[in-house]
Amino acid sequence: MTQNYNMMELMICTASRYLEDGKTVAVGTGAPCATAMLAQKTISPNLVILFEAGGIAPELPSMPISVGDSRTFHKAVMAAGMSEMMTTCSRGIVDYAFLGGAQIDKFGNINSTVVGDYYKPKVRFPGSGGANDFASMCWNTLIMTVHSKNRFVEKVDFLTTPGYLTGPGSREAAGLPDNSGPYKIITDLAVMGFDDKTKTMVVESINPGATKEQIQENTGFELLFSDNLSSTSEPKPEELKILREEVDPTKLVIGR
Amino acid sequence: MRDMDIGSGVNTIFMDPDPDKAREFFAKKSRAMTDKRITVKEAVENYIQDGCYLSTGGFGAVRIPTAVVHEILRAGRKNLGYYGHTTTHDFQLFCAGNCLSKVDAAYIVGLEARGLSPNARRVMQSGEVEVCEWTNYALAVRLKAASEGVSYGIVRTMMGTDTFKMSGAKIVKCPFTGKKYAAVPAIWPDVAIIHVHESDIYGNCRIKGISVADMELARAAKHVIITTERIVSNDDIRSDPVNTAIPFYLVDAVVEVPFGSYPGNMPYEYFSDEQHLAEWMRVEKDPAAFEKFLDKYIHSVSNFYEYLERCGGWDKLKSLREKEVLV
Repeated sequence: MTQNYNMMELMICTASRYLEDGKTVAVGTGAPCATAMLAQKTISPNLVILFEAGGIAPELPSMPISVGDSRTFHKAVMAAGMSEMMTTCSRGIVDYAFLGGAQIDKFGNINSTVVGDYYKPKVRFPGSGGANDFASMCWNTLIMTVHSKNRFVEKVDFLTTPGYLTGPGSREAAGLPDNSGPYKIITDLAVMGFDDKTKTMVVESINPGATKEQIQENTGFELLFSDNLSSTSEPKPEELKILREEVDPTKLVIGR
Repeated sequence: MRDMDIGSGVNTIFMDPDPDKAREFFAKKSRAMTDKRITVKEAVENYIQDGCYLSTGGFGAVRIPTAVVHEILRAGRKNLGYYGHTTTHDFQLFCAGNCLSKVDAAYIVGLEARGLSPNARRVMQSGEVEVCEWTNYALAVRLKAASEGVSYGIVRTMMGTDTFKMSGAKIVKCPFTGKKYAAVPAIWPDVAIIHVHESDIYGNCRIKGISVADMELARAAKHVIITTERIVSNDDIRSDPVNTAIPFYLVDAVVEVPFGSYPGNMPYEYFSDEQHLAEWMRVEKDPAAFEKFLDKYIHSVSNFYEYLERCGGWDKLKSLREKEVLV
């Protein structure tokens, strides 16, 4: 099979199809932001993009390098502040949080703080930033990350950002809003959702060229596979054209 | 009251959240509308001592008070506490100067899509800087609580995670509904340094574009140092009072620093210098080269304008201005 796209382009095009028109999405830097821009230019022209530093519904002229740079409120309807954005999430107005992740477990919990001992870490990452806030308070969290055993682990070294915590009912028991939580995980091998009963990751769709065995081999815990397992569509030529020419012409994200 | 306390973060709260102690301080703070213009050097000498607790305004590499941070490095200030709410290049600078001993962290060591700072990571992985974990919103609410003169605020985030466990937050129960929230302690930083678009000589300021958490920060900090792209007249401020973001009585010092957010972005004025920020990331990988780099750009220059000159001067600044406005 000849493939005229790279894995990042595949992930972005796939993820963009989950962002429904007329919904609101809070995005992180890099790939999530590129995805929201692509969705807006393809299937969801009325997707409202929100940035944690205060940019509300901008007409993004190019990919922001920071979730607070000038681009994030270019021709926006409002240039607000962090409290305005986060209270909007808390009020239940934000449909999707869209995040990247360093380490993720079967409940969709994310680590972006440390690898190793907290007090003397082997590797220090940035920490929550706004990710914990978004994944706590937005209705549905989408996560995009590369599929590997190092990233998909049985237990995260540090639970920075909540997925379904320890399983059914645990978000609500902890005090997080009802009926919120992880929605889709998009990787270079598959798209995963969550099983209603166990709140653990279930493979819903296999990417072009990938196999069930390969997906399980690259995952550090036992995956569920959906009864209605489907194949992820390849990126459409039009999606790729818009992604390369309009969304990320400098290859800030898709060149990775 | 025991059932109110049904969960606590284990880390240290660095600053006293008692609102009456804060009021005692503010009772003595001058309300006079006087000319507050001083130099960057004087601002650091007068307000920033070893061991004090700082916060910088803006968002990482957007609207940051670079000139004052450079001066803090040149003055060799140590053992500072720092408020890391999406701090990026500012955090990188403080790490370059080994200035910090404690950090309230929501977002540190990274520069967003640019990657992670090798030197900031070295510093934070040494275990020598005490860290307390939070989220960006939690840090905004801690400032908001202080700005309201109360000892805590509540958020519906953090709960159930290690971010909560490694914070200084506590779970509280709503007396009306029984819902749980994370209570976060108010914080009154000793000094806030905020870069703005316009200020008069008294410290009445305008910010254009997103305010991030600076409305709260300016009202929470005990001392506020303003650096401003330009000084405007008091008449100008009074002709458009609806756009005043920070009133004079919060402000201790006003320093006019055109291009003061460089190499960061200043909305509507100039974009970030991505080449220079990339050079930082590259050179940080090699400690010896990094030392030379810091000497060239910070320690051997006498002021911020020499730094701008060394970074390409007027030609560079004009190109960043075009990049910002010709979108």
